[in-house]
Amino acid sequence: MGKFTEIKELRLENIVKRFPGVLATDHVSLTVGEHEILALVGENGAGKTTLMNVIMGLYHQDEGSMFINGEEVNFRSPNDAFDCGIGMVHQQYMLVPNMTVLENIALGMKDCQKNIKVDLEAVRAKVNEISTKYGLKVDPDAYIWQLAVGEQQRVELVKTLCLGAKFLILDEPTSALTPQETDELIALLSRMANELSIIFISHKLNEVKALSQKVCILRHGAVVFQGNTKDYTPKEIAALMTGRDVETSANTEEPCNGKTAISIKDLCVKSDRGFLALDNFNLEIREGEIVGLAGVSGNGQRELAEAMNGLRKVESGSIKFYDTEIANLTPRQIIDLGMGYIPEERNIEGIVPSMSIKENIILKDTETEKFSKNHILKNSEIEKYTDEMREKFDIRSPHMHIAAGSLSGGNIQKVILAREIDRNPKFLVCVYPIRGLDMGAAEFIHKQLLALRKRGVGILLISEELEEIMNLSDRIAVICKGQNQKVLLRDEASTAKLGILMAGVKDE
Amino acid sequence: MFVDIMINTLTLTVRFAVALLIASLGEMYNQKAGIFNLGCEGIMSMGAFLGMLVPFMIGGAGQVPGYVNILGLITGTICGALLGLIFGIVVITFRAPQGIAGIGMQMFGVGLAGTFFRSYIGGSQSITGINATAIPVLSKIPVLGEILFTHNAVVYFAYLMIPVCYYIMFKTPWGLHVRAVGTHPRAADSLGINVNKVRYQSLAVGGAMAGFAGAFLTLCQAKMFTADIIGGRGFIAVALVYFGQWHPIKIFLGALIFTFAQSLQTQIQIFVPQFQYYEFLTMLPYLLVIVVLAFNRESNKFGPASLGKPFNREMRV
Amino acid sequence: MNNYKLCYKVAVVLAAIIVALLVGSIIILAVGGNVLSTYWIIISMPFKNFRSICEVLTRMIPLMIIALGICVSSRCGINNIGAEGQMYMGVVASCTVAFMCAGMPRMIAIPLCILSAAIAGGLYGFIPGFLKAKLEVSELLSTVMLNYVATQFYLFCIRIPLLDPNEKTGTPMSARLPESAVLHKFVRGTSLHEGIILAIVLAALIYILLFKTSWGYKMRAAGASSRAARYGGINVPKYLIIAMVISGGCAGMAGAVELMGVQGRAMSGITSGYGFSGIVVALFGALHPIMVIPAAFFFGILLYSQVNLQILTSVPPNLVQTLQGAIILIIVSVQMVINNPYTEDRFRRRFFSSIKKEAK
Repeated sequence: MGKFTEIKELRLENIVKRFPGVLATDHVSLTVGEHEILALVGENGAGKTTLMNVIMGLYHQDEGSMFINGEEVNFRSPNDAFDCGIGMVHQQYMLVPNMTVLENIALGMKDCQKNIKVDLEAVRAKVNEISTKYGLKVDPDAYIWQLAVGEQQRVELVKTLCLGAKFLILDEPTSALTPQETDELIALLSRMANELSIIFISHKLNEVKALSQKVCILRHGAVVFQGNTKDYTPKEIAALMTGRDVETSANTEEPCNGKTAISIKDLCVKSDRGFLALDNFNLEIREGEIVGLAGVSGNGQRELAEAMNGLRKVESGSIKFYDTEIANLTPRQIIDLGMGYIPEERNIEGIVPSMSIKENIILKDTETEKFSKNHILKNSEIEKYTDEMREKFDIRSPHMHIAAGSLSGGNIQKVILAREIDRNPKFLVCVYPIRGLDMGAAEFIHKQLLALRKRGVGILLISEELEEIMNLSDRIAVICKGQNQKVLLRDEASTAKLGILMAGVKDE
Repeated sequence: MFVDIMINTLTLTVRFAVALLIASLGEMYNQKAGIFNLGCEGIMSMGAFLGMLVPFMIGGAGQVPGYVNILGLITGTICGALLGLIFGIVVITFRAPQGIAGIGMQMFGVGLAGTFFRSYIGGSQSITGINATAIPVLSKIPVLGEILFTHNAVVYFAYLMIPVCYYIMFKTPWGLHVRAVGTHPRAADSLGINVNKVRYQSLAVGGAMAGFAGAFLTLCQAKMFTADIIGGRGFIAVALVYFGQWHPIKIFLGALIFTFAQSLQTQIQIFVPQFQYYEFLTMLPYLLVIVVLAFNRESNKFGPASLGKPFNREMRV
Repeated sequence: MNNYKLCYKVAVVLAAIIVALLVGSIIILAVGGNVLSTYWIIISMPFKNFRSICEVLTRMIPLMIIALGICVSSRCGINNIGAEGQMYMGVVASCTVAFMCAGMPRMIAIPLCILSAAIAGGLYGFIPGFLKAKLEVSELLSTVMLNYVATQFYLFCIRIPLLDPNEKTGTPMSARLPESAVLHKFVRGTSLHEGIILAIVLAALIYILLFKTSWGYKMRAAGASSRAARYGGINVPKYLIIAMVISGGCAGMAGAVELMGVQGRAMSGITSGYGFSGIVVALFGALHPIMVIPAAFFFGILLYSQVNLQILTSVPPNLVQTLQGAIILIIVSVQMVINNPYTEDRFRRRFFSSIKKEAK
């Protein structure tokens, strides 16, 4: 089976892929040899995923060519890539939730689809073979939605291997794992490198160091550096990745002893699926303090933020905002009490994408005296204010009438930040504030958050980046399976400690 | 009298549920693949017209050989598939919003059938169509015999479609693709399945079934065509898919319940002529749909997750 | 505005018009008509004389009023397919009130009739709005079902409670409206009636509502992204319901105006499909209350041509409904093509390859 019995070398030459108005990859050339692990690093939006999608035949390059063992290949669809023995585990798992593991794997195996009936038994045999060979345990008859994130990743790996992959592409495989699960995965991948070649996308440099032999850095779609991993320190790689020395703002203030701003007691909230996403969650946050909430995403963070902002029903328990009980109040009531919220999905929740910047700036304030009288909007006031905000928050756009959805991620986040911060909130819930942003924008946002803290505003910072949390927080809480594992002071926290807590191990 | 009404109603239910059932099963394929085809009504209308046209052109109002009627069914089916593909161009290739496009398809189909009807057939003409034949022996069984075994062959063929549809959806590779494409198109795409192709195929299948259902209406049920012959059955078929939670067996049950309500109301009109307010009876099936949708919202979570969302590989959500 | 962007839009719109004309031509050919003369009749007959222009404007009135309502609901993210049913309810209400107001001065009777129609239509619009907002029932399905229900209810009303006592043939229809509830014609012998004033005032009101008030802002935000609106403290279900009530109210008024200005009595088929045509008009007017005015005029021409087609050609008037369906399909496609940066990019590279503008 397959076009090549082994892949000695995969070589890309001058790959160019354009999207409207964006050059996603700019004449990228790279080579991966047999049993080699190449780490592909770069900031978000550097073009890593696009490049891998070109290799998989999901995108077709506008220019350039690809060679396997010196022979030019031209992939029109992922099927061609599978035929040549290349497989990819995408960052967002490509598993159909309401189908079983077997059905998901069968979906890609063309061999079992030749008859009228899907030959699930053949798939089962193949799955068993692969999982014994690599020690990847999966339950073939489980539905995907029943599986935890780590198990889903195993299914993805098994699926890719069942399709005959001899060359593996992994797109940020550790982004949803705890530090301990990450270590396991890295060990597994090192073992697999005896038989496979691997391209490994990451922006976590310690993983890159631990796993890869070669590293390739992409910036703005172009290769800016290639070399042997062992010759460079993570700091040097980081500098190459961002194009400058990384400066991070950090919270160096003394822990504060202000009034309690938020007090959450025995909070229970259900997820969309109907199970308890928050299970007797407790947390207290003072004013003028940043509390970081660490945890693998999907452990109740989203539900917590939504419950605190009236966007999700509270089943039981209480949320006290200063002296007011805000559980199950409407979003409007909570906003009027002085709550600010930077939501996780900034593109569809934080802004109304098709409306202009101007209209988005007043999203929460249409009925205030400042912007309307007798329900008639004061257009000139609004425009004046928007101009002020664009200045103050460095929102880069040609004019204020442009649809907010057409801005870059960083500028969208600045629009949200402008709206939330300038309303002078008493408290701010901030979810993944810098996810997907470049370092410059991230830096700006962190500075704003620290400034807000100085003004005496309490901040709940929910993030999956431990580094961000450890830099900014006064105290760090760890959430796992909807429960607060433990709250640590900044000085007590370390990646290892947080990792153990994130995995659900409660220490005494 | 009550017994008469019930036997008649049930007999009619078994026969008349066919159009709804087939259209609804077709719509199930569309929705499972992620396409919300509200144009079902229009497609059925064209199917109904062609089901009438073919035998009428060949034999007029008189008796025609059986194969001509079958030809009518087939023509209606093919036309349905074509209209489904046209709808596909709009909602798959151009990625237009499906709800409003469906209304466009409905107006187009109903209008087109009306236009052609006026110029090819003219006024209210009738055809012999496919007549019911009692199955010997079996139809003599008391009560059940009349209800179950006095129909024409197409009716039995249609009921055969329930297990066939079930098998196709849940056992075959194509069914696997359809389910994947409607729930997580990106996953299907990453495995080399051509998402839009599968969606086009499902529209062709769904459209063909809607066309067949329409042709059934004229050939086996009404024996004539009018511009409003479908009378909302296309929309009810769409609602039934929700009611049936995207499962062939439950859709079948739904089709029976709705047709029963409809048949009962016609029987009451016939047997109880002194009842003056028959419009309220006619309303019942439509009201039933609304009530069922209102109290059945739990079923929304059984729905294909990407229902109504166009697929674009290069657009990141 | 970039040069090629404009060219792109013009090219897409031109292509759409050609496709629409082609579809029409194929159908006309298929029914054995003469394509050119059919199109000529559609376009030229309305402008033949003053009377025919009035005919077009008369048809424009209900189209416009309904389309204005649909602008509100669609902008708020809810598709109102139920204008037909809401119109029927408006007709029933205004007809009932008209007979109750017999003998009153016009200045009182007419506003009362229109108001009652607005309330009836609004209430009928409330049902699907409520079902959507509170029970997540697809408004596409519920409004369609309610259309059938309303049709039956209307047939019942003109058959029994509103039946003309002097009607001997058994045709279900109401008596002629009392003089106090009839909208006058502007010029004797032509059809244009006072309802057009209502239509234009409504257009201005809806424009202000949607774009100048905080209510309109909230409705538009709810329609553009309900999650963001909810996050922003907007009570999305409330505005969904309000938008549906306004939309239904407009359709109800359209029914009243049609009854009081054109038909003079409630008879079967009084809505003449305006409820569906109104959707096309609203889409054609890009859901903008001011743009709806020319759009309604264009569809007024199309609807008026039904009469001429029947008299002058062998082409069945159902052609117009077919064309409306085709136009919906084409408009929704065109909107997506125009807003698709990928096809635009491809267009630019093919025809404007000299312009190199690549952002990194």
